[in-house]
Amino acid sequence: MLLIACPWCGDRPELEFRHAGEAHVTRPADPAAVSDAAWTGFLYERQNPRGLYRERWRHLHGCGRFFNAVRHTLTDRFLGSYPPGGEPPA
Amino acid sequence: MRFSWRGLAREALRGHAGWTPHWRSPEQPQPGYDVVILGGGGHGLATAYYLASQHRPGRIAVLEKGWIGGGNTGRNTTIIRSNYLFPESAALYDHALQLWEGLSLALNYNVMFSPRGVMMLAHSQHDVQSGLRHVHANRLAGVDNEWLTPAEAKAFCPPLDTSAAIRYPVLGAALQRRGGVARHDAVAWGYARAASALGVDIIEGCEVTGIDRDPVSGAVTGVQTGKGPIRCRKLGVVAAGSTSLVMAMAGLRMPLESFPLQALVSEPVKPVFPCVVMSNTVHAYISQSDKGELVIGAGTDQYPSYSQAGGVQILGHTLEAICEMFPIFRRMRMLRAWGGIVDVTPDRSPILSRTPVPGLYVNCGWGTGGFKATPGSGHVFAATIARDEPHPIAAPFSLDRFAGGRLIDEAAAAAVAH
Ligand SMILES: Cc1cc2nc3c(=O)[nH]c(=O)nc-3n(C[C@H](O)[C@H](O)[C@H](O)COP(=O)(O)OP(=O)(O)OC[C@H]3O[C@@H](n4cnc5c(N)ncnc54)[C@H](O)[C@@H]3O)c2cc1C
Ligand SMILES: [Zn+2]
Repeated sequence: MLLIACPWCGDRPELEFRHAGEAHVTRPADPAAVSDAAWTGFLYERQNPRGLYRERWRHLHGCGRFFNAVRHTLTDRFLGSYPPGGEPPA
Repeated sequence: MRFSWRGLAREALRGHAGWTPHWRSPEQPQPGYDVVILGGGGHGLATAYYLASQHRPGRIAVLEKGWIGGGNTGRNTTIIRSNYLFPESAALYDHALQLWEGLSLALNYNVMFSPRGVMMLAHSQHDVQSGLRHVHANRLAGVDNEWLTPAEAKAFCPPLDTSAAIRYPVLGAALQRRGGVARHDAVAWGYARAASALGVDIIEGCEVTGIDRDPVSGAVTGVQTGKGPIRCRKLGVVAAGSTSLVMAMAGLRMPLESFPLQALVSEPVKPVFPCVVMSNTVHAYISQSDKGELVIGAGTDQYPSYSQAGGVQILGHTLEAICEMFPIFRRMRMLRAWGGIVDVTPDRSPILSRTPVPGLYVNCGWGTGGFKATPGSGHVFAATIARDEPHPIAAPFSLDRFAGGRLIDEAAAAAVAH
């Protein structure tokens, strides 16, 4: 089980969290204006990297808030968490 | 070498000194092939076998970064069934099931296919309704599936607790009698042996690290590997959890995420469990192997990972469910647990497809449940590669279904895993 750092509540067990997908996937501002390929990319295509991965989590059974984190997907080690809109740790 | 009663008797009498390796495993690849299959799991080996036996497109190689069957093929709980909801899925999985039924004979290799029946439990009113919907849809599609009362479920699987006192009592079950299990390693070995006998080169310890393309047409011209460059006209990618990484070598982003999925086995005991039982609601799957171990399937972790080791709490959750459904196993000890990395699509249906890159084909997205499809997947994918045109059964599973919105949403249909 992962130990996950909520930016507001600190380290908590993974059971309190819900994974919420790849981070920084932005919905096109005007969906009608984008091509089918771009819309498919937004909806379905994911980076799915083996290495550093920026992801969203929600502290569901805690403060309830969404935040982002950087994790290495081969070791599952976190580099750090950051609030939505914030800069990922270097 | 063909296996036969005569051969078995002869070897028994001379101390089994005459057996030879079952497939050729050349250390070095040829400089070029007509078709290269990337990935030596069951699906890749089956693809190579059906290519060589039915289409003869020229020289064929299977490139495997580790050893054949060392991926999800050798890590899975081997549940085989075809009672999926939608006609497209039922057609694909039942095509596979029909091939399973004659596979040992076709390959002259005992894959130990054992159609002992797969029973899927219902624990709530919603489960009952969705289970009945599946039964009716399957029967209309010509796929066997029947509904059992709790008493009938108990008769079919005596260790099952059908009392009303448990937290999630059994309210009924869907049974596919043609479903069952097979020996995972034997499937990889059987296809490898049969493909090798038809001239397919199976190169183990050969990781593909790059895909070469024609600068003008963009078509595939070869691959870069740990054993040097290899030319090819067609490349079939069958890399399960690693598919996104391989396709990125050709500049393609995939509708996939890779998750750890775990299983575990108990200490071996005398035959006690006659069938396969699955419960999607409490999330546990169980059968007994011929060695006597209980084979138990757990869930995926919630986050994408390539760690090949999931969280311990996932195993705990599954064992709690098993102990509740089968109190007889409460004092059983577990021997070992392991994980595989499964590639999951947004609609939980596989991708069997051509791609925007000429000469590049992909077979992936089988997620938590592709072992059962191994023969059918290889068969229709081989035809798709050979003819450069989707096999009719594979056509609905094309990569462009996402852009076209023609999803085959088995996930929403049943929330089934295997
Ligand atoms: C714990 C667990 C339980 C499961 N239970 C069931 C079940 O009960 N029933 C069911 O139907 N399915 C089940 N599955 C799913 C099933 O195992 C898979 O869908 C199926 O085996 C996939 O087969 P494959 O041949 O595509 O993949 P694999 O067997 O994983 O083969 C892919 C191969 O590609 C190789 N490869 C990857 N990248 C490269 C590269 N760059 N170069 C060269 N080679 C490469 C890998 O080493 C691997 O051997 C389970 C899976 C797991 C992990
Ligand atoms: Zn919090």
